[in-house]
Amino acid sequence: MTDATSQSGPVLAADGTPLKKSLARALRLQKTRALMLIAPLLVFVLISFVFPIASMLFRSVENSIVMETLPLTVEELQNWDADSGQLPEEALYAAFIADMVVAIDAKKHTRLGTRLNYEETGMSSLFRKSGRKIKKLDPATDGPFKDKLIDIDKKWGDVTTWAVIKTHSVKITNGYFLNAIDMQRTPDGAQAQPEDKRILIKLFQRTLFMSLMITASCIMLGYPVAWLLANLPARTANILMILVLLPFWTSLLVRTSAWKVMLQQQGVINEVLVWIGLVADDARLVMINNQFGTIVAMTHILLPFMILPMYSVMQTIQPTYLRAAKSMGATNWTAFWRVYFPLSVPGIGAGSILVFILAIGYYITPEIVGGTKGVFISNRIAYHISSSLNWGLAAALGTILLGVVLLLYWCYDKIVGIDNVKLG
Amino acid sequence: MADSASNDAFVEFDRVQKSYDGETLVVKDLNLSLPRGEFLTMLGPSGSGKTTCLMMLAGFETATHGDIRLGGTSINNIPPHKRGIGMVFQNYALFPHMTIAENLSFPLEVRKMGKSVREEKIKRALDMVEMGAFGGRRPAQLSGGQQQRIALARALVFEPELVLMDEPLGALDKQLREKMQFEITNLAHNLGITTVYVTHDQTEALTMSDRVAVFDDGRIQQLDPPDTLYENPQNSFVAQFIGENNTLEGVVKEINNGIAIVQLDDGELIDCQPVHESVKPGARTRVSIRPERVEYNKDRIQEGAHTLKAEVKEFIYMGDIFRTRLSVAGNDEFIIKTRNAPDVERLTPGQQIEIGWLPEDCRALDA
Repeated sequence: MTDATSQSGPVLAADGTPLKKSLARALRLQKTRALMLIAPLLVFVLISFVFPIASMLFRSVENSIVMETLPLTVEELQNWDADSGQLPEEALYAAFIADMVVAIDAKKHTRLGTRLNYEETGMSSLFRKSGRKIKKLDPATDGPFKDKLIDIDKKWGDVTTWAVIKTHSVKITNGYFLNAIDMQRTPDGAQAQPEDKRILIKLFQRTLFMSLMITASCIMLGYPVAWLLANLPARTANILMILVLLPFWTSLLVRTSAWKVMLQQQGVINEVLVWIGLVADDARLVMINNQFGTIVAMTHILLPFMILPMYSVMQTIQPTYLRAAKSMGATNWTAFWRVYFPLSVPGIGAGSILVFILAIGYYITPEIVGGTKGVFISNRIAYHISSSLNWGLAAALGTILLGVVLLLYWCYDKIVGIDNVKLG
Repeated sequence: MADSASNDAFVEFDRVQKSYDGETLVVKDLNLSLPRGEFLTMLGPSGSGKTTCLMMLAGFETATHGDIRLGGTSINNIPPHKRGIGMVFQNYALFPHMTIAENLSFPLEVRKMGKSVREEKIKRALDMVEMGAFGGRRPAQLSGGQQQRIALARALVFEPELVLMDEPLGALDKQLREKMQFEITNLAHNLGITTVYVTHDQTEALTMSDRVAVFDDGRIQQLDPPDTLYENPQNSFVAQFIGENNTLEGVVKEINNGIAIVQLDDGELIDCQPVHESVKPGARTRVSIRPERVEYNKDRIQEGAHTLKAEVKEFIYMGDIFRTRLSVAGNDEFIIKTRNAPDVERLTPGQQIEIGWLPEDCRALDA
């Protein structure tokens, strides 16, 4: 020991090896064991979480299909100026035919048509129809192609068609993101979509607004319940806790459908209101297929996620704090507002983050009870993934949603502080 | 302090009873009155009803029966926040989301005091507990003893006439506890506040209080100044609970001129002071003798002392005193304490000795 301290170099263990090294060796086994324990989860998270998200982020900008399907055409398009208003030269038409023949063989031209159709309606049918006729041409012998192609479909004699292909021939595109915020990529740069096609920004705003409404109503409804849970005698609190958790035992679909039964115009609530006479039979309330229906059903479904973090935080607030406040002269309300409430804020924060993030990406409930006015951006994403097959746009929307959530999380951290979020 | 001070009583419990379940009484017929400025300790084992009494006084529990008066007016129906009673809690209950200064400011703010008045009072209160430099800290940044002082300052900052303390030193280590005992009593006496202090620690009760109320089974067993309580316990419970005590059991033979003759269970006859009302000829009794009042050095056994044979079971050297366990009259747990002095003989287990005590130190209590 005296040796180790008298030396100016690294501290040595009893056998002369540096202490750091022998400590690392002693801890290596522990570390390996720990790593082995988390290995299954780590692999699972990598495969099911990190990889899909990375792939989604990439898909929102990836656009190699034009370049891969029409390599020669894209090259020729470099020499053509869309602003000139002139049709391209014969060389480009020849290159296009050569590309198309290869693509038709591989049956890739319809996919390209679908891709370009996202940007310009009519492209899909243009490629499909032209494909059938181009198939019969031989690129080596049948030239020149310019007039033949325009004969096949006069759209090939339209400057816009080529301009669209040129605009979207880049490998990495911002086109999907522009689409996601109601703009489009044009030969003249980014421009706003026509008014009748601008729906996504509105949908984002609605998603945010409704998620906030749902979070707020969860706080309002959940706070008193959490307070009761934390302050009732253990037996009663247990029963109440079971009631809070009961919804988790029922299928999400069943619960959502139940709201349909409750809220529809011939539903339970309307029937009762009409029977009591509060509402005229011909003026039944519209409570479903709109924002109201979505907010009610989702508040119900997400409520436990608000109550549980609030409860676990409130449980740690000692009742003596309130007694102390009252002994110092505070009324019940002042004691609650100045002492209990601030101490329960971390629980509200944790619950709000949980509910808000769950709500903003919710899909199934708005789909069932939302109608057209109560749907979320996630329903649009689902539509683009399963119906329109515009995965690029779906990915861009998803990425923006992710960005918004992260941004809000960051704001929350700045304002409230993430250290103030407790789950218990 | 006189017991019959009920005319100028500041705090008064008048036949107070408390039941939580409607079947058993936690507090049975409590009568107690405190003059202004007194430091009264409620001492007792857990479950004896002392904390319930404190909570009733603070207003967090309501009395099932009887009257609690403060300054002559009944406070039964006054909510806690209007009673103006300062309170120190066992776990301090400092608000963790506020700084020390904000904690102290709280009772002043709810009294709608102006900023400058508040600041002055906070400063004075913090200086009083020697924590002036800590106003900007949070409770979690302070040690237990410092939090304790802040809790005290917070209970005093709004200048209440009555302060209640519920085992405030329970969480501190021994040394700090002794220091704080001293500081709290000094502060209470200097400021002239009436204090009701609850503890289960008898040393604390003896060193701090003007009077101690010993609680057991929902009743006050004895209410006296510390010295009276220790030297003249009125019943077996108090004798056992306060300080160390030796008990010998027997039957009262006769009472002559204020001296009871008790026949111990092994046949030995001893003279005692009859204290408890149940001590009558023929009744069973427990005789209580304090360990430090028993001598075994022949020179020190005073004239008129009663002597008995004893066998040494254990001899423990404790530095300032010797603690000896003896077998006396069939009791193997008879303890005596002897001051360490050059002329005191050190005993060995198995040794046969003779011990003696004065009849006035030997008290016949209830069986």
